[in-house]
Amino acid sequence: MSELRPDLQIISEWITPGSRVMDLGCGDGTLLKHLNDTLKVKGYGLEIDIDNIVQCIQSGVNVIQADLDEGLSDFEGAPFDFVVMTQALQAVKHPDRLLNEMLRVGHEGIVTFPNFGHISSRLQLAFGGHMPVTKILPSEWYNTPNIHLCTLTDFEHLCRNNGIHIIERTVVDRSHKAGLGMRLLPNLLGEIAIYRFKRK
Amino acid sequence: MPDRIPEDSVGIISPQTMHFDAPLALVCGRTLPQYDLIYETYGEANADKSNAILICHALSSDHHAAGYHSMEDRKPGWWDACIGPGKVIDTNHFYVVSLNNLGGCKGSSGPTSINPATGKTYGPDFPIVTVKDWVKSQALLADRLGIDSWQAVIGGSLGGMQVLQWSIDYPDRIRNAAVIASAPKLTAQNIGFNEVSRQAIMTDPEFHEGRYSEHGVVPRRGLMLARMLGHITYLSDDAMREKFGRELREGRINYGFDVEFQVESYLRYQGQSFVDRFDANTYLLMTKALDYFDPAADYDHDLSKALSHARANFLVISFSSDWRFAPERSREIVRALRNNNHNVSYADIEAPHGHDAFLLPIQHYLDVFGAWMSQRVKEVSA
Repeated sequence: MSELRPDLQIISEWITPGSRVMDLGCGDGTLLKHLNDTLKVKGYGLEIDIDNIVQCIQSGVNVIQADLDEGLSDFEGAPFDFVVMTQALQAVKHPDRLLNEMLRVGHEGIVTFPNFGHISSRLQLAFGGHMPVTKILPSEWYNTPNIHLCTLTDFEHLCRNNGIHIIERTVVDRSHKAGLGMRLLPNLLGEIAIYRFKRK
Repeated sequence: MPDRIPEDSVGIISPQTMHFDAPLALVCGRTLPQYDLIYETYGEANADKSNAILICHALSSDHHAAGYHSMEDRKPGWWDACIGPGKVIDTNHFYVVSLNNLGGCKGSSGPTSINPATGKTYGPDFPIVTVKDWVKSQALLADRLGIDSWQAVIGGSLGGMQVLQWSIDYPDRIRNAAVIASAPKLTAQNIGFNEVSRQAIMTDPEFHEGRYSEHGVVPRRGLMLARMLGHITYLSDDAMREKFGRELREGRINYGFDVEFQVESYLRYQGQSFVDRFDANTYLLMTKALDYFDPAADYDHDLSKALSHARANFLVISFSSDWRFAPERSREIVRALRNNNHNVSYADIEAPHGHDAFLLPIQHYLDVFGAWMSQRVKEVSA
């Protein structure tokens, strides 16, 4: 098996073995498959794309077709231990509501998103005068699925306003490696943010 | 008639009949002293028959799910799109069993069979059978076939209800469960449609309280109306529009009550051909079985509780334009399974065909179902 993407590796280190996990926008199920195989978690993925659903089922991952923009009203009772969402927060219609939903159906939430405060974005906007196009945010402004981009500062502000306590934060670059610079100046040098949080 | 049997067909199939002498106590309180079940099998059983798959049929289907009975057959079995070598339910790997349920009119004991007590056909005296009864009789058939536990039990619509019941009543005998275009119980609207169908049959002057065969007649008009109504509800508005639009048969309006629109002609044809192959009393029984199905009723009306002891891995599939067994009904099943931490995957297939979609070779449907079945192949070859 090929090596796990480092951001998924970081997430899997935060997850307790044997816990109940929901992965919002689970893609082809890579993370859940890894968590099932290594940590014996009981997991469900939520996914909208039918080809991804086929991939999940093919690899034996429980996947439920759902549109995250419709919220998680289908999920009541029996709370999950962790609700994970990688690289989807910036693409949903109501990221604030979804964050709250994550903590309604789960004890802890984990999200990853591209940091719009990264220096390359700032430079493109400041000196190029155009919406940033980067390796992590490759689309043009008019065709991007990412409709709610934010910086680390923005995200932490949103959490504070919603009574959400951040337990851990890690920032990595686009090859998902962490470095000293990123630890010192995360909002400037971190390309991808990974947060773990719960209700205060 | 097939010019030649396609390579991915199970080929020419001969149904078999199993006779049961031990009485079967039914949910309605009555007992069938003896009965027959007719069934077909496709593919080869392995040594311990751990590769056996049960196919449960829907309202008007039967044991003939795949292949042809003869070279004169116009059409293959009702689920030939999914069963065969290399198909989703791959007969190169699985031993597939499909039967006609009790109360049917295609060879299993039902209203058209001889009542041993009277020497005459049962007619309306055949007892009311429920999904639970069917599952019990299917388990008895499995015993006789030497199948301890099904690798999978699979069904669409009323067939999906049998799959759910299997997972509740025999959790140790079903390892995987596919519930397609189904519901945990009917809505009032659905029961309403069924009642209109039954009234169409029962108010036909030739119904004779169900004893029409003793009068040498058939309530043709009633059964035809029931089928026409059913047919409308199994299609979507879009599917009907696409198929017929408002196309006129003679290209002009005649201002009369003869067939003018193509859709009228189609429905009449469907209704009439149904009369030739289906029994009115069986139709009444099957729609009642649909209406009565409500496994949660035995568990404080809590579907999660009903499914709490299930152990199978589930696949639930719905179709976007199916308004008779709407996607929301499938999501209720998924919720109940997930509340129990059961393994379940769910897909709502984008399809314009309405309820009938579950019988059609729709690519995304075959992809999802096929991916799930490929996991089952791994299990049997492990």
